[in-house]
This record gives sequence, C-alpha cells and structure tokens, in this order.
Amino acid sequence: MLPIRAEAVDYAAGGVPILRGVTLTLEAGPPCLIIGPNGAGKSVLLRLLHGLLRPAAGRITPAAAIRGAMVFQRPVLLRRSVLGNLRYPLALAGLGREEQARRAAAALDRVGLAALAHRPARRLSGGEQQRLALARAAALAPDVLFLDEPCASLDPAATRAVEAIIAGIAAEGCKIVMTTHDLGQARRLAGEVVFLNRGRVVEQSPAAAFFAGPASAEAAAFLRGELLW
Amino acid sequence: MGDLGSAVLAAIALIRDGDPAMLGILGLSLRVSLTALGIAALVGLPLGALLAVARFPGRHALVIGLNALMGLPPVVAGLLIYLLLSRSGPLGRFGLLFTPTAMVIAQAALIAPILAALSRGVLEALWEEYADQLRSFGAGPWRAVPTLLWDGRFALLTVLLAGFGRAAAEVGAVMVVGGNIEGFTRTMTTAIALETSKGDLPLALALGLVLMAIVLGVNMLAQALREAAGRGGA
Ligand SMILES: Nc1ncnc2c1ncn2[C@@H]1O[C@H](COP(=O)(O)OP(=O)(O)OP(=O)(O)O)[C@@H](O)[C@H]1O
Ligand SMILES: [Mg+2]
Repeated sequence: MLPIRAEAVDYAAGGVPILRGVTLTLEAGPPCLIIGPNGAGKSVLLRLLHGLLRPAAGRITPAAAIRGAMVFQRPVLLRRSVLGNLRYPLALAGLGREEQARRAAAALDRVGLAALAHRPARRLSGGEQQRLALARAAALAPDVLFLDEPCASLDPAATRAVEAIIAGIAAEGCKIVMTTHDLGQARRLAGEVVFLNRGRVVEQSPAAAFFAGPASAEAAAFLRGELLW
Repeated sequence: MGDLGSAVLAAIALIRDGDPAMLGILGLSLRVSLTALGIAALVGLPLGALLAVARFPGRHALVIGLNALMGLPPVVAGLLIYLLLSRSGPLGRFGLLFTPTAMVIAQAALIAPILAALSRGVLEALWEEYADQLRSFGAGPWRAVPTLLWDGRFALLTVLLAGFGRAAAEVGAVMVVGGNIEGFTRTMTTAIALETSKGDLPLALALGLVLMAIVLGVNMLAQALREAAGRGGA
C-alpha cells in the first residue's frame, strides 16, 4: 500500500472548503503525527487517506477502496462481545476460525482486555472501548494504521501503555499515521510531523527538526500554545 | 347485568376446564398466526434491511408504499387474497380458498409490509451508526445486511412481536379467505364475531379473555425486550 501520495487534494462538505491543496507522501518508516488546532481538518484528512472520503479535486494513490485500517476519533463498537468485535473484521478478511481466535486473543492480551473478552463491548468504559478499537484495527495486521486521537479518553498510565503498544506496532513494520493534541506524546512517538492549519498542510518535517524549530511562524505559534483556530 | 355476570362466570369455567372446542380454536389461531409471522419475517426483514442500506431509484416510493400498507385494512388484504385464490383466480387451481393455508397467506401478506417498514426504521438508524466502520473493514452495503440483522436482533424481536400481535388480533382477512368453518378454519377472532352475533356470550367472552391475555403478554414481552436492549446496548 505504501507509499501513499496525496496530490493537490481538495475536500469540501456542503459547499464549505475543508481541505485545500493538500500534498503529502506517507512512506514506510516511523510514525507520522498529524497535528494542528481543532477544526484544522485532521480527521477529514485521515478519512481521505484511509479511503472513506473521496477528494473533490486532486488524487490519492494507490487508488484502492480502502487503504490500511483505521481507529476513529469516536470508536464504533458493534453490539457484540469484546471478542465478537475483534473477530468480525478478521472473519470479513477471510481468515480461518483458528487464525481469528489466535489473533483476537493476542490482540486482547496486548491491550490488557483479556479478562473482559466476553463482556458486551458497548458496556466497557470509554478508555476500554478506545483500547478495544485499537486492538481490533491492529489485529488486521495492516501495513498502514490510521489513528485519530487514540488516547483521547485514556488516563495517564493507560496513555503511556497505549503509546508503548503503538510504538510496538510501528516497530513491527506498520506505518502509523495518527493525530493527537498531546504535544508530549507527539514528541515521544513521531518520526515525522505534518502540521495542518485551516485545511492546509503548512509543513511536513522530520520530528526532531520540527520540535527544535518549526519552519513556519504558524507552527511555532501553535507549539507555544498561542495559535487559536 | 345478571346476563353479563353469568356470562363471565361461564367463560371462566370454559377456560378453567380447558373446553376442547375452545382449545381447538386457540390452537388453530396460534398455528396460523405463527406460520404467517414466520413467512412474513423471511420476506419482510431482509427487505427492510435492504431498504435501510441500499440507495436505488424508486426506493423512496417503495418506503412510502410500505408505510401506507401498514395501515391496510385486514378485510381488504383478505379480499385481495380471495381474488387470487378463488376458483377463477390465478391461483384457483390449488383449491386453497377456505383452508388454513389461505388464512396463513392472507395474514402473511398483511404483516409482511409491517415487518419491512418497521425493520427498515430500526436498521436504518443502526446503519447510520455502523456505515463508516463497516466500510473501513471493507464491507459494503450487501455484506452489511446480515450484520445489521444480527446486531439489531433485540429491536427486531420487538418488530416481530408487533407483527404477531397484529396477525393474532385481526379478523377481516381470516374471515374472508378462511370462511369461519367450524373445526377447520374457525379462529379466535372469527369465533368471537360469530358467537357474539349468535348470542353465545360465554364462549365469545372466554376466547376474548384468552386473546387479550395473549396480546397483553406479547406487549409485555416486547416492552421487556426494549428495556433489556436499552440497558445493555447489547
Ligand atoms: N461532514 C461534514 N460536513 C460539514 N462540515 C464538516 C464535515 N466534516 C468536517 N467538517 C468541518 O471540517 C472542519 C475540519 O473537521 P475535522 O473533524 O477534520 O477537524 P479536526 O482537525 O479533526 O479537529 P479536532 O481536533 O477537533 O478533532 C471542521 O470545521 C468541521 O466542522
Ligand atoms: Mg478530529
């Protein structure tokens, strides 16, 4: 699936432009963190890259119905058990029953939900639901994993634990593309940063360079906590 | 007043003693309505699911048509099936008119649109919630149909109960196509109509009480299911 290229992508909803002239390339390698203020277009960009939305102009390659796997900002859990949620996409992907069971068990272990395997998924706490959604997407062993604020409802310890899980998934060769509002987390995880503001990619830089001194005044203001939507 | 009082007592006695004529009528009614429900569900639920996920020209008109059919008077449904099954009708050579089979067909035709319309509403809300996630897993609308039917099963059970209640309580359709033949096509509702007009109030009342108990029980079950589904989000 990699590299994924977006070329001059525009996106609008209801006549309102949301993304304008987005050009970026996602190559195999360490995680790419997409950061920017609320409403900048981060979630829309992830949906476009994943394949859930079609660009109004420009193009995204490779042309596929769906690229990689994704965890939404608000996870959608099926009205099934925790285990049922894990197995559903695996069955859809055509895996045999034994392989489904093996992957589901491993994924549950990884996010610390093994004890809850038979609970109805929608009765889990917010943080548990978010971890389940991450486990469900990761169990597909995609080559690209889009994560939209995967730690938004996690406590500090769970956040660190999930960061370790994400780093582990990346180390296995999966390209992580994720958004976060936690700049500390972005520093800890990012190999590269895409800074998005008002629907435009302001810069795409290696993480070290970005955090040492961003190229744009907007990103510098954002890092100082001064850039408002 | 004395008449009513003694009729109620006689009705209760019939129920208590398990009067064979009454039990025969009860058994036939349940058999006819449950079979009709099964057939209507096989057609109505998948149709409702399809209407919930598919977008095609004419879908809107179909939805409006189904909603209108929900209010179809049973006696009109009965008349249409009568015309199909009568000796000169297109299905006349099967000789089904005035048999329990004819009543099953009429009730199934009556409630299939109800099941389709109600399940469409339930499943459309579920699809709205699931669509992006299922597409992310690589499942299109077609593959979503069985998923929606399964994940919406609690809500769909209440839809089925509503359909059963409607079938068990209607009188017009079974009267027209069944003919109310004693011991063969006489159901609870047609028996009540007949016995009342003949003045045999105890049997009519006994059947009425049983019918009310069934309808009440079905509604209580539906309510309990709704609450269970709401609590668990299961
Ligand atoms: N379907 C839609 N219809 C209309 N407007 C939309 C739609 N989807 C997104 N938008 C608008 O596009 C802009 C970008 O939305 P998006 O969800 O991508 O922001 P974001 O960067 O993820 O913000 P946050 O950090 O708050 O999650 C917002 O102003 C939002 O209101
Ligand atoms: Mg967002």
